[in-house]
Amino acid sequence: MENLLATPPDTRPQPPLNSPAAAETPVLQLTNIEKVYQTNTIETVALNRVNLTINRGEFVSIMGPSGCGKSTLLSLMGLLDEPTGGTIAIDGRAVTSYSDRELAGLRNLKIGFVFQSYHLINDLSVLDNVELPLLYRPSLSGKERRQRALAALDKVGLSARTRHFPGQLSGGQRQRVAIARALVGSPEIILADEPTGNLDSVMGEEIMDLLLGLNRQDGVTIVMVTHDEQQALKTKRLVRLFDGSQVG
Amino acid sequence: MLLSYLKIAWKVLMRRKFFAFISLFGVSFTLMILLVMMALFDHLVGPSTPARRLDRMLFVNTIRHQMAEGNGWMNMPASIHFVDDYVRKLKTPEKVGIITASSNATAFTKSKLLALDLSYTDGNFWQIMDFDFLGGRAFTGAEVQAAQHVCVLNEATARGYFGTADVVGRTIEIDLKRYRVAGVVRNVSAGHLYAYADVWVPYTLSPQYFKDNRIEGEFLMVMLAPSAATVPAVREEYRQMMRRVEIPNPKEVQALFSYADPVLESFTRALLNHEDQTVDEDNLEAFYLIAGSLTLLFMLLPALNLVNLNVTRILERSGEIGVRKAFGATGRDLVGQFLVENVVLALVGGLLGLGLAAGALALLNQSHTLAYAHFALNWWVFGWGMVLTLLFGLMSGVYPAWKMSRLNPVVALRGR
Repeated sequence: MENLLATPPDTRPQPPLNSPAAAETPVLQLTNIEKVYQTNTIETVALNRVNLTINRGEFVSIMGPSGCGKSTLLSLMGLLDEPTGGTIAIDGRAVTSYSDRELAGLRNLKIGFVFQSYHLINDLSVLDNVELPLLYRPSLSGKERRQRALAALDKVGLSARTRHFPGQLSGGQRQRVAIARALVGSPEIILADEPTGNLDSVMGEEIMDLLLGLNRQDGVTIVMVTHDEQQALKTKRLVRLFDGSQVG
Repeated sequence: MLLSYLKIAWKVLMRRKFFAFISLFGVSFTLMILLVMMALFDHLVGPSTPARRLDRMLFVNTIRHQMAEGNGWMNMPASIHFVDDYVRKLKTPEKVGIITASSNATAFTKSKLLALDLSYTDGNFWQIMDFDFLGGRAFTGAEVQAAQHVCVLNEATARGYFGTADVVGRTIEIDLKRYRVAGVVRNVSAGHLYAYADVWVPYTLSPQYFKDNRIEGEFLMVMLAPSAATVPAVREEYRQMMRRVEIPNPKEVQALFSYADPVLESFTRALLNHEDQTVDEDNLEAFYLIAGSLTLLFMLLPALNLVNLNVTRILERSGEIGVRKAFGATGRDLVGQFLVENVVLALVGGLLGLGLAAGALALLNQSHTLAYAHFALNWWVFGWGMVLTLLFGLMSGVYPAWKMSRLNPVVALRGR
């Protein structure tokens, strides 16, 4: 998959992920981002001139009421959707210059997703689910994929459940699997869309602790959309949205 | 990657067992019918004992008489006069043999009655056909000319009458006539219209052996060309010859039409040319066109069924599609995955179809619907059947796969 990129990913020496200098390096820059949904009769402005820079090693939470554009913003950051205005740059390069195929390569290499409803594939075992992003990297052998998936599961404390299927796990465990899947490709940034939204408070705390640990100990950059003020306050930076505009 | 695709293909198949069963049944049942049809077709017109040199053989099964004053048509096999004075004088065939369609005959043993199919042939017939002789030999041209009471039996008749196949030189009484057994051959399927019988005797013993100049008689002709390449020359010479045939009763018969055809054409000409028999058209292309169209139409049904099933599966799996896209799958990856799944489904259906066809043919063989016929699965036919199934697997997968790959990941993840 690496070779799909017209321009190879930035391989210049980067500061260590959890060094103070790393925090100054922007991973993702959004400039004057607009997203307008147009139907025949109505024009809905989902995002209005949002400017946001995510630096390496940061843990940023995005808060706001339902329908304020949080998830839309996360989809744009994850290159799953295109803005109607403004630019998104990854490692300093605007993503508009990439083809669809290159965008798929970027998502595979640089971004990991965690969804509110986990989005695990129920027909695949835990290990196969975690391995999924690596399937799109032909340079990796089956053995390497397996090893990396096992390591990711070990990191989230689920190495004993590799042969289980999602249906046999609790909500918290499923979200751990989803986090392992997001981690397995060693992405530069993890985008989490209400990762604790479907969990009770105890499990929610567990997942939050896991994400905080990944950020603090391993220096993983995380952007998290949440409704939960308490959890948002645990992160390094809080961005508030209201009616598609950044208010704090 | 392929293993993962296969794994998920199997899981998805098992997830909705009833639909999978319906879909697989459609594919496998269709393939079964096609395979059985092809096995029957191959049995009837393919080269096999005793018609092994089929590529060099030409057959004449009828002479069409166009009656005078619009009195219609009369289709009859040939007389000995026609065979001897016209066909045997052709220069291009290596040999011309004759055989009658089998007629009923009876033989009695001490304890039972044997109902037999008897055919009259000449000496050349045995040289053109390659029978498997279990013992003895065929009767010769000289024996035929001398109207000797000799016969060749098939194995079943020999065993039925004498209790053994080792009966060369012994005498059998059929329809109150006694024949010396010259040879015993392995049973020939009743599917071989130009060779089948239980008992073969010289044509000179036939009650239909008239020595006048009538054209119509009871003899089917089999011609052997020196090589496959000379077959067209033989057909052409036969065509030329037909123009010279003298009509003995011109007041009743206006014209005669007859053609020397390879085995399949000898059927297709009669099958598809009943409207205007004056036209020299063997209808082989028309036959293939009709058979091909029917086959395609027949296969279209399971293909459409698969398309339908696939579209349903897409709707069920939009979440998976969204996740795969989010984690870096390109449209091409997804099309590939879905096609692999579909091809697996088609392959499984194809293999089931093979099993079903083998079972159906075994039942058919057991039922003895056609005397001494042994229908076998033809690997060549199966190969083509699988190719067609795979093709349909691909065709029925491409549209849904393409549709799937175009899904917007955000919409797909929302499960809409």
